[in-house]
Order: sequence, then C-alpha cells, then structure tokens
Amino acid sequence: MNTQIDISNLERIGDDDHDSIEISLSSGEQYLVFTLGDELYGINILSVTEISGWDSAALVPNAPNYVKGVINLRGNIVPIIDLRIRFEVGEVTYPKTTVVVILSGLVDGRERTVGFIVDSVSDVLDIEQDSLQCSSSFDGTVAANYIDGIINAGDDVVTILDTNKLLSINS
Amino acid sequence: MSIDLEEFHQIFFEESLENIDVVEQALIDIDLESPFDAELINSIFRAAHSIKGGSGTFGFTEVTNFTHLMEALLDEVRDGHRTLTPELVDALLKSCDCLRNWFASLQAKEALDTEISKPIAKIYQTMLNVDSSAGVSDTPVEPAGARIDADSASQDSVITDNHKTWLIEFIPDNEILLSGNEPVRLFRQLQQMGEYSVTVNTNKLPNIKSLVVDECYLAWTIQLQTDHQKQEIEEIFEWVADECRLTITDISNCSDQQLEESVEPVQESNNESVKIIQADKLTEIKHTTKRALPSSSIRVGIDKIDNLINLVGELVITQSMLSELGSNFDMSKIDKLSNGLEQLLQNTKELQENVMGIRMLPISFSFNRFPRMTRDLSEQTGKKIDLIINGESTELDKTVMEKISDPLVHLVRNAIDHGIEFPKERLAVGKSENGTIKLDAYHKGGSIVVEIADDGRGINCDAISQKALEKQLISSTEGMTDSQIFELIFEPGFSTVETVSDISGRGVGMDVVKKNIKSLGGRIEIESEEGKGTVFKVHLPLTLAILDGQLIRVGTEICIIPLISIVESLQIKQEMIKKVSGNMNVYRLRDENIPIISVGKEFGLSSSADNFDDQLLVIVDGDDCKVGLLVDDLLAQQQVVIKSLEANYKKIEGVSSATILGDGSVAMIIDIPGLLSMSAKRSISSNKHVA
Amino acid sequence: MAQLLVVDDSTSMRNMVAATLIHAGHGVKDAENGQVALDIAKENGFDAVITDLNMPVMDGITLVKELRELDTYTYTPILLLTTESSAEKKSAGKQAGATGWLVKPFDPEKLLHTIDRVLD
Repeated sequence: MNTQIDISNLERIGDDDHDSIEISLSSGEQYLVFTLGDELYGINILSVTEISGWDSAALVPNAPNYVKGVINLRGNIVPIIDLRIRFEVGEVTYPKTTVVVILSGLVDGRERTVGFIVDSVSDVLDIEQDSLQCSSSFDGTVAANYIDGIINAGDDVVTILDTNKLLSINS
Repeated sequence: MSIDLEEFHQIFFEESLENIDVVEQALIDIDLESPFDAELINSIFRAAHSIKGGSGTFGFTEVTNFTHLMEALLDEVRDGHRTLTPELVDALLKSCDCLRNWFASLQAKEALDTEISKPIAKIYQTMLNVDSSAGVSDTPVEPAGARIDADSASQDSVITDNHKTWLIEFIPDNEILLSGNEPVRLFRQLQQMGEYSVTVNTNKLPNIKSLVVDECYLAWTIQLQTDHQKQEIEEIFEWVADECRLTITDISNCSDQQLEESVEPVQESNNESVKIIQADKLTEIKHTTKRALPSSSIRVGIDKIDNLINLVGELVITQSMLSELGSNFDMSKIDKLSNGLEQLLQNTKELQENVMGIRMLPISFSFNRFPRMTRDLSEQTGKKIDLIINGESTELDKTVMEKISDPLVHLVRNAIDHGIEFPKERLAVGKSENGTIKLDAYHKGGSIVVEIADDGRGINCDAISQKALEKQLISSTEGMTDSQIFELIFEPGFSTVETVSDISGRGVGMDVVKKNIKSLGGRIEIESEEGKGTVFKVHLPLTLAILDGQLIRVGTEICIIPLISIVESLQIKQEMIKKVSGNMNVYRLRDENIPIISVGKEFGLSSSADNFDDQLLVIVDGDDCKVGLLVDDLLAQQQVVIKSLEANYKKIEGVSSATILGDGSVAMIIDIPGLLSMSAKRSISSNKHVA
Repeated sequence: MAQLLVVDDSTSMRNMVAATLIHAGHGVKDAENGQVALDIAKENGFDAVITDLNMPVMDGITLVKELRELDTYTYTPILLLTTESSAEKKSAGKQAGATGWLVKPFDPEKLLHTIDRVLD
C-alpha cells in the first residue's frame, strides 16, 4: 500500500535527524495511519476493530464538544469522538470521505469500544518500538496526553497515539 | 472413584438452603399451644435429615455433626418423646441462621465459622443429655472419605496371618426370598472373600405337591478360607440376620481335608473376580470430570420452557412463510404480507414476554423472610404482631427482587418500630392487643405494587413538621399538604423517634429506602391516617431489561420518558404559564403550580429561548412533586430494550441508559430524578449568578 | 447393566446416586417420592430399587410395602438409604420387605459395591 496523502504541508516538529530512522517492513508492530487536518497519526492496528463511514450519532446531553454522540454498533452503544476537535487540528467538516475508526481494548479490566472521527485513513506502517522518539516537546498541546511518541515515515512525521489513553478519553 | 462428587455440591447447597427455608417457615407456622402438628414436625425433621444426609455424603463434616444434633432432637419430638418448647424453637431458628452462614461460606469455598454453631450445639447437647438417656456423643458421623479407606483396605488386603477357615451354617427362613434376598447372591459375596465350598441341605424340601414356590426350603453349609475378619462375614449376612439361623465357626485348625474339596468353587470364584475387575475398568473409562463452576442459577418451571419452545416453533413457521412470500412477491400478495408481518409482531411480542418470564420469581422469595423477622422483632420489642401476607405468587424480575429486598425489610422494621404501638397503648385506644402488618403484592398497569400496611398509630403530621423545622429541612409548613409532609420522612437524616432504636436505627434511613427504590425505576407512596395506620406503596417496574417508554422529540433528537413516571401530557396554554421567584416558570394545572423544566435546555439540545409555542408539557412524578417537562413533540409509546451507556462511555447526568429504536438509531432514556436534580443545581447556580 | 429405580426427595442425593449408577453402566430412572416411584415402577420393570426413607407424600417404608404387593416386585431387591441413627427404621424396613440397606453417608464406590450385592 502506498502513502496517498498530501505531504507538502507537513509540520516538522523537533525532528532534525530523521535520516537515521528506518521503517522496517519485516518486524515490529503495525500501525494504522490516519490524517487529522494536515497531520499524520498512527494507532496500533491490533486495537482497530473496524473502520466505517461517518453517518450520524445520537447527541449526548451536555457532552463536551468533541463527543459527537453515540451510535448503535451491532446492539452496543458506542460513543464517537471527533479527534480533530479534541486535538484542535484541522477543519471540522464532515464530507463523505470522513471515516470512523473503531478502537477496542481493555480499560480497567473491562472491554471498551470507542469510535474516532478522522479525516481519512491513509496507510499501514511497520514500526520498531525502539525507533519511537519521545514526545516531551509536545507538552502543552492537548494531544500530548495521548501520545506515545513520534516517528518518521520517509519525509513524513507520524504521531503515534496510545490506545489505552484514547479509550479513556471521556472518562 | 467413578464420579466427581463436586458436581453435585452446587445442587446440594441450593437444596439445603431451600431446606433451611422449609425448617424456618415450619417453625414459624407452628403454634406451640395447639395440638401436635405431625406433618409440620415431620417436614422439619425431613429437611434437617436431608441436610445431614447430604452433607455426610459430600463430606461436610461440620454440617453433618451439627445437623445430627438437630435431627436427634427433632426425632424425639416426632416420636412424641419430647415437646417442642419455645427454647427449642428458638435454638432451631438460630440453627437456620448458622447453617445459612455456613452454606454461604461453602458456596464461596471459604472456611466455616464454627464459632457460631457452638452456643447452639451446647444448648442441644444439654437438652439431649438432661432429657434423654441416649446421648449423641457416641454417634459422631464419619465423613464419606473415611469409609472409602476402610472399604478399599478390606478389599485389597493380602494374605496375612489372619488367614482362617470358617464354617458357616446358614439356615434361612422360608420367607427369605420375599425380602428380595437371594441366597446365591450372598454366596457370591463370600466367593469374593476367598476360597469357598458349599454343601446344600435339602432335608426340609417338601413333597412337590406341597411346595410353595415363594418359599425357601434349603439350608447351606459353607467353608470359607479367607483373611477377612469374622465381622466382615457377618456383615454379608447383616441384611438377613433376622430371617435365618446363622452360625459362623473358626475351623482353621482342622481344615486340610476340607481344603481339598473346594477346588471347583475356587475356579468359579476366580472368574467372578475377573468380571468385577472389568466392570471396574469400565467405570474408570466412562468417568469424566465435569466441574460445575458455582454460578447464580435460576429455577425455571418446565411449562415456561415448553412455552418458549412452542413460541419459537411458531416464529419459525412465520419466518418460513414470509421468506417464501418474499422470494416470489407481487403486489397481489400484499395482504398476505401484511398478515405475515402482523403475525411476526405477535410472535415476537409473545416470545419477548415469555423470555422475560424466565427471570421472574414469585415475590414469596422476598416475603418469606418476614414471618421470622416479625417474630424476632415482636420478641425484642414486646409488641404483639400478626403478619398477613397476600399476593405471594406475584412475579418479579430476579434482579429487581434482589435489590428490593433490603428496602422492604427496612419498611417492615419501620412499621413495627414506629407504626405498631405497644399492647397497652393499643388497648388504651380501643384497638386489639395484636397489631397487624399486612404485606401485599399485585400488578397495576405495567408495574408491580408492593404494599406494607400497618394498623398502628399512623404518621403524626405535626410531629413530622416540627422535626423538619428543627432540622431545618423546611422553613415553614405553610401550604404543605399532608402527603407533602409525609414525604419529609424520606429526607436524609430524618427520624422521629427520640432514641435511636435497635430496629430501625441502623444507619439506614428512609432516604436510602427511597433512593434504592428510585434507582430501580420505581417510586414509593405513603398513605397514613393518624391513629389508624400507615400504608407504604412501592411501585416497581416488572423488569429492568425492558421499559415501557414514551418517545418524545427534543430539537432534532428523540428521547424516551419512562411511561411509569408520566402522569399526563398536555398542550400548553400560554396563559397558564406563570413566572415565580427567581425567573422560574410554573404551569398552573387545576390548582397546582407545576414547575416547568425544558428538556432541551437541560440537555443542551435546543437553544430556543422560553418559547412555549407548539411545545408540549409532559407531567411526570418527580422526587416529591409533579414536574412538567417541556418537549417539542410526543411520538409513539413503545417498549424499549435498555442498553448500557456506561459500558463504553460513562454515566450521563439526567440519562439512565439508552436504547436502540426500530430504525437502528440510539435514543437516550431520561432519568427523571436525575434531570430534576440537574435542573435544581442549575437554577441555584444561575440564581447565585444573578445575585 | 441393570435397570434401577432411585427414589429420594433430595435432588443432590438422587442425582448423585443416579449419576454414579449410570456411569457404572446401569439404566436408571428416578423419583422424588414413594408415590411417584410406585407409578414409575408399575409402568416399568426394574432389577432393583434404591429408596430413601424420609420423603414427603409417600415414605420409603410404605413404598416397600406397596411394591411387595405387586406381582412383579415380589423378589426384586429393594435397598433402603438410611442413616445410622435409625436402627429401628432398618427393622421396620425389613418388616415391610426391604432387602437391605445402605447407610448414609456413603460414597459412589460403596454404593456400587452395595448394588452389586443384590444384582445377578
């Protein structure tokens, strides 16, 4: 699969030795890369249960603005979070290409499923755990709380998100 | 061992708990002054006996030893050798508590608290020793495990110095066959013990004409070489001991010659043992270990299951009819289609009702504890109480039942403690000496009503308002109706009795009762007349899984109001809306002023300012008073399946849960008390803002 | 393989006895009291009957008497499940026509051993 994102406007954050980073295709873990505005984010693919188009959700009373509501996912009530609003990046529009990434994982020992609205899904990357760069330089941004680290993918920088923190985003 | 006994433990525990209930119920039903009720005593005995028998078999020695004492005493009562004294009834009731505690521990695989049984066991032992010559200490019951060892030891033992030759003379009575004891089988047992030979004595055999086929005329002399003890030989004849003449003599010292004679039987004996070994192997192979994990179970009547199977059958028929229709459809079949869909609706509805029925238990499960409790409390307080229970067979969801039990206990305690007067007081006001507590359960609309009524002193409005004023729960009683004053007892920290009594004053107040009932989606009402008594009515939903809902529209969203809380719905007449203190809207409905809450505003779903045009008001039963919910539209009423919001999200204030509508979309179910407290908080904070 | 009838009002005991006998290769029917057992016994043939003594509706001793009245159960071995404390019950059972007894508590092995004593 090839990267099909427009990378001309990528923000480069605190990264000046990207040449030393290699993307291994044979080992390490796989990450699903998606876009929020111009930025690239990655999430461990093992926690992604499905990717679906964005339809509509039932509004949740007095919820924070990034909680778009809840949907019926095969009989379960699943909240939908708009990550663009949460991370304060990009434009919040809902064209037909808008997708929802459904993540599942254990939070406090209980299975939890949450859907995340992103602009588009772009790629799957193999990433060595030790090639992750620490993310202290993100301090101060909202996203910092949910970030594992950043990684270079060719000319692009991908921000790797922590699944567990994402799943606990609204509790 | 061919079978894992643990498989049966869970059944045994459940059955024993039921038996304990039986004992307790019977003890309470027993009228000590009336003539001896043999059947009742027998049922108590039987229940205790079953627990003892089972616990012995399954190896719960403490339970066995303890129930053995109960059984011994009950046996004497049953035989008329002992009278059932109040002390004995008391000890037996305490034993029920002790056993319940033990079985709970056994179920949880925890160690038993043996301390709790000691005082009771002591009472029993004293009774047994003093009143009867037959002590119990000589019959401690062996656990099953000990028996296995004894048994296998006797079977596997090798030849030792004990090897002896026995001469057994066996002269059965004529009727021995009529007890199912076939002498051949006894000999087979002997064969297994060693080398044996047998000679038959036909002297008594009569002439063929006078021979009765049922009778046994033969006698036998057996020589047995074995290392088994004499006692073990006797055991084989144990069952026929009183149906024969039997002598067993040790002839080891003169046995050489007799040994020679016994060759043939020895071979036979070998064959037998081969067979038995094979049988053993067979059981070994067939044995599978199944370990039933203890889990909460529910007993369902076969008729309920049969009903379900029938309904599923009908559903399958409807489905196949519809799919055939669908595969070859044209507009001429539209009637058929609509009939089919109608049938499908019917099937689904019935199936749903029946599936829900599986979770339903008769409320007697909860009511059953009250006779005992009333009795205990009556003793403790010196108040005389008659308990009348009605509607025991009314069914309630298992979860609702579990959650309502404690509030009901509190209400009954409360009625005894605060409601019922002391005998003297009652006599003084011309009432009968015995107070009456009446429990009732019945269906009303889509819900269940549980009533706790007493004929005691009733609620004194003045005392309540006085107290409420003192505690600053209210600032004045002006304009308060009696029922509003009654409601004050549900306020946190309210109690009218000066001294905190042992009965009601256990830190749980009526406010907790009300909260618990509310959390189940129910509500509680009080009716009281001073001097005549008080009735608490607890309204409960039939089930927690499904709710009768009113669909409403708020802005673009559809929400659901539980039908149980709706009093009425009405079109708003602009002139009936009044503004009162602090910018609050109330609606004048007949003589009442009903506060208006905008659902859209509370939920942040619609921003439209106080515009009452085209809006509807749904009057609901709020915490203590009626409240009008402002909604944009009233849609259908339907049953909705309750779905958790907390599983993937979190608790939302003002929303109890969600559901999925027919079109697959999600709708919030409004939590009325939650919504009210939200609104209250908001108006407080906005008032502060203004100030 | 024999056909056996197990009678006990305690579900756990009845299940345990029945399961043990079934595992040992016997055919088993069960009943929760004497009356039910009697009805089943009339409809079916059994090689032996194992019954508890204390049961509601119809107790074990009455069951033994009733069974012995039936032509088909004149010689059928009938075992009583008793506890040690009821010696007089044993003799009452014998009087009624029981073959023998099995003293509670017992384990599966003891049960099978006892059953073998009365089966051909």
